[in-house]
Amino acid sequence: MRGYLLIESRDSFEGTSHFFDLARSLAHEAKEGPVTLFLVENGVLPARRCYASEQLAALAKDGVEILADEFSLRERAIGRERLIPEVKAVALDAALDLLVEGRKALWH
Amino acid sequence: MSTKKHLAFLLMDAPYEQARTTTGLRLIDLALKKGHDVTVFCYEGAVALAFAKQAPHANAVHGRDVEQEDHPNPKDWIAALVKLAAEKGSKLTWIQCGLCVDERGVGEAVQGTVRGSPADFLKAVETADNTLVIPTQ
Repeated sequence: MRGYLLIESRDSFEGTSHFFDLARSLAHEAKEGPVTLFLVENGVLPARRCYASEQLAALAKDGVEILADEFSLRERAIGRERLIPEVKAVALDAALDLLVEGRKALWH
Repeated sequence: MSTKKHLAFLLMDAPYEQARTTTGLRLIDLALKKGHDVTVFCYEGAVALAFAKQAPHANAVHGRDVEQEDHPNPKDWIAALVKLAAEKGSKLTWIQCGLCVDERGVGEAVQGTVRGSPADFLKAVETADNTLVIPTQ
């Protein structure tokens, strides 16, 4: 299964709900393979415990793997201790590895 | 079995405007460091990323000269990627959309880039193991 790599570069205030809906829908279609939501740039902001992080927590419950770019977190002074447990901080290499693995990639 | 892959990227944003370009260049850098072949198609404003006449500037507000300011220019990052590919034995094909170049008058690009058309991006997508389009907002 190829699965999907969804890259979210925007903060929730810039309109991310349809992209999260897409991630959820793809995750519900098990035949489509695993779904990873990779947060980068302002996309990492909802990974902090806040009202918007509830959407991410719900996505994780629906089977979406959620990763956040360490560099983007550092740029925004967000330490790992501030992340909700459903989000894992990783190097950008993780996104590249998923691309190399053949995940269908979409950038938002 | 070879693990070398061919990745295609499409960039659209003009320089100095969006973090998307930086992230795209970071991904391309990582791909080359890992020994993969990369095709980059620059479309619309992204063709100015490789414009050879970009110049660093001083910062009068903060009282810094050109050297102190150390202002980065994306053309230098692209030249560095071309050099990195050669060092790693990877193939970097950097294609500039010709019409987009002409519209913007940025025909003088750093070495290692070529002029092309969206048809070249289609060919890259057809031959690449994977493709990432980083659209403008």
